[in-house]
Amino acid sequence: MAVTLDELSGKRQIADRAFRGVTFAGGAAIALILGLIAWTIGNKSSLAFRSEGLSLFTQRRWAPADNVYGALSFIYGTAVTAAIAVLLAIPVSIGIALFISHVAPSWLKRPLVAMIDLVAVVPSVVFGLWGIIFLAPKLAPFFTKVSGWFHGVPLLGHVFGKASAGRTFLTAGLILAIMITPIITSISREVIETCPTTDRDGALALGATRWEMITGAVLTHSAGGIVGAVMLGLGRAMGETIAAALVIGSSPAITANLFSSGDSLPSVIAFEWGEATSDVKRSALIAMGLTLFLMTLVVNFIATAIVNREMKRVRGES
Amino acid sequence: MTAVIDPSLNAAATLDELSTVSARRRRKNALMTALMSLAVAIVGIVLLLVLSTVARKGWSIVSSEFPKWFTKDIQLSPRRPGPGMKAAIVGTVVATLTATAMAVPLGIAGAVYLNEYGKQSVFARILRFLTNVMAGVPSIVMGLFIYVFWVVPRGVDGLNSFSGALALACLMLPIVVRAAEEMLRLVPQNLRDASFALGASTSRTALTVVIPKAAPGIISGGLLAVARAAGETAPLIFTVGAAKATNWNPFKGTNTSLSLQIYANAKESFPTAQARAWGAAFTLIVLAFMFTFVARAMSTRFSRNAES
Repeated sequence: MAVTLDELSGKRQIADRAFRGVTFAGGAAIALILGLIAWTIGNKSSLAFRSEGLSLFTQRRWAPADNVYGALSFIYGTAVTAAIAVLLAIPVSIGIALFISHVAPSWLKRPLVAMIDLVAVVPSVVFGLWGIIFLAPKLAPFFTKVSGWFHGVPLLGHVFGKASAGRTFLTAGLILAIMITPIITSISREVIETCPTTDRDGALALGATRWEMITGAVLTHSAGGIVGAVMLGLGRAMGETIAAALVIGSSPAITANLFSSGDSLPSVIAFEWGEATSDVKRSALIAMGLTLFLMTLVVNFIATAIVNREMKRVRGES
Repeated sequence: MTAVIDPSLNAAATLDELSTVSARRRRKNALMTALMSLAVAIVGIVLLLVLSTVARKGWSIVSSEFPKWFTKDIQLSPRRPGPGMKAAIVGTVVATLTATAMAVPLGIAGAVYLNEYGKQSVFARILRFLTNVMAGVPSIVMGLFIYVFWVVPRGVDGLNSFSGALALACLMLPIVVRAAEEMLRLVPQNLRDASFALGASTSRTALTVVIPKAAPGIISGGLLAVARAAGETAPLIFTVGAAKATNWNPFKGTNTSLSLQIYANAKESFPTAQARAWGAAFTLIVLAFMFTFVARAMSTRFSRNAES
């Protein structure tokens, strides 16, 4: 009887506001951390930028012993391995997504989804270990054989040139392709399954075969979302570190030859960190990290924007 | 699709007789169906190949060194065999648990803000967008960030499990926020309305109605994030240092982890080191699968509860 309703609501308002503040802090932490990453890493790379200037990005020579730090071959390696990974993963991922949603009998769907999720659970370092000890030695003679076939053929003779070893751009691309397949598959499947039954039945009623129904109704409906899914996969492939570091061969190179060893941004950071004793080298490696951060940020920004827009569109929200 | 067509066909004719689809189109359809099955087969075979190699090579060292594998510290020289992997198992558990203790409460708080307060406001939408962007930040960048932000100011003392846990927590945070918000969204609105009608405030409703209802789903999302963090290597390279002896204290002294041991030993050419890498990989995969299995079991139960 002692407390009035007003007093009660006053106390409650304070509690409610405090709780709101706590949860707000949780949400704001995300924005704060992203900002801090950009600021602190940018700050620490400034030493490398001051000593190297723009040649940090345009120079291909990386020779810490001579105090020369050029990231071009690492940027190239990142782009090439990510491109290989995405090119290989696109048909496989979309194929799996279509198989699960349109071909597989219903009892098979859940086990297949679980199988794809399982690929995502295998730690990246385990793929790297498998790649370096199991896969690379088996691929080396295969690479040599293939490069023999294309010897002397214009253009292709360069792309499938002399095989240096089992650890190459292509090996890294293969391992990365396996690793990004789950994310592309799951998002593609999510979009594909929103295709209205009326569209699909309409296509079938017009006499389309299953494949014609898929290309005519399902893929036209989900193209945008699939592009977004592929972009997310691309971002993942560019940033994936340990698996790539183990199988790429760690010798910087800019060459069209996919059978050549190379190096990439995340790989060089992980590989040379232990030997980086000078401030400039550490700063140069952090600058590699900044470059990688900005590259993936742009890709993820676009990917997220596309996926958000497409998910809204296919679900019929405004 | 066949289910749609079949009933009308049962009586009169088979599909082939009725069909006016040309052979070329039918062949293309069959070819594409085969290619889709092939895509599934490729991934299935690769997964099987990876898992069976790890299981075969890993089991042989774990079983031959049992129980020393789980009770002894790590061999100092990469070329000599034995004895154990205890330090790395402890390191993985300590760093992952510390990271979980930070990321999960913060992530749930963030999700509650997004779903119960922010809803469709501009700020909440921006945060949701940033959460997705943050989920794509490479793990090695998180490691560099914590190195620059946390380890450098503390010097050599900064290399410990807690620093590694900070980097792992940064990785887990967006995963937890997304998973938890998804689960909060599944909680029926009428439960909230009932709570409000009884005079409860938003905070009370969230704490006593919404979160408990979504708890199994949130825990399952959290476990998936834990499984992901336990397998991460890149964030730890810069932050935990390199130790071979067991260290339970997250705040003092360098540490190691299963993933770091795999990475370091995979680079060696000595068979003893490689065997150790397979053993550590086997141990790590078993850990990660255990978390995932529990998470799956919980989320299946939760979605069944939510439907009923």
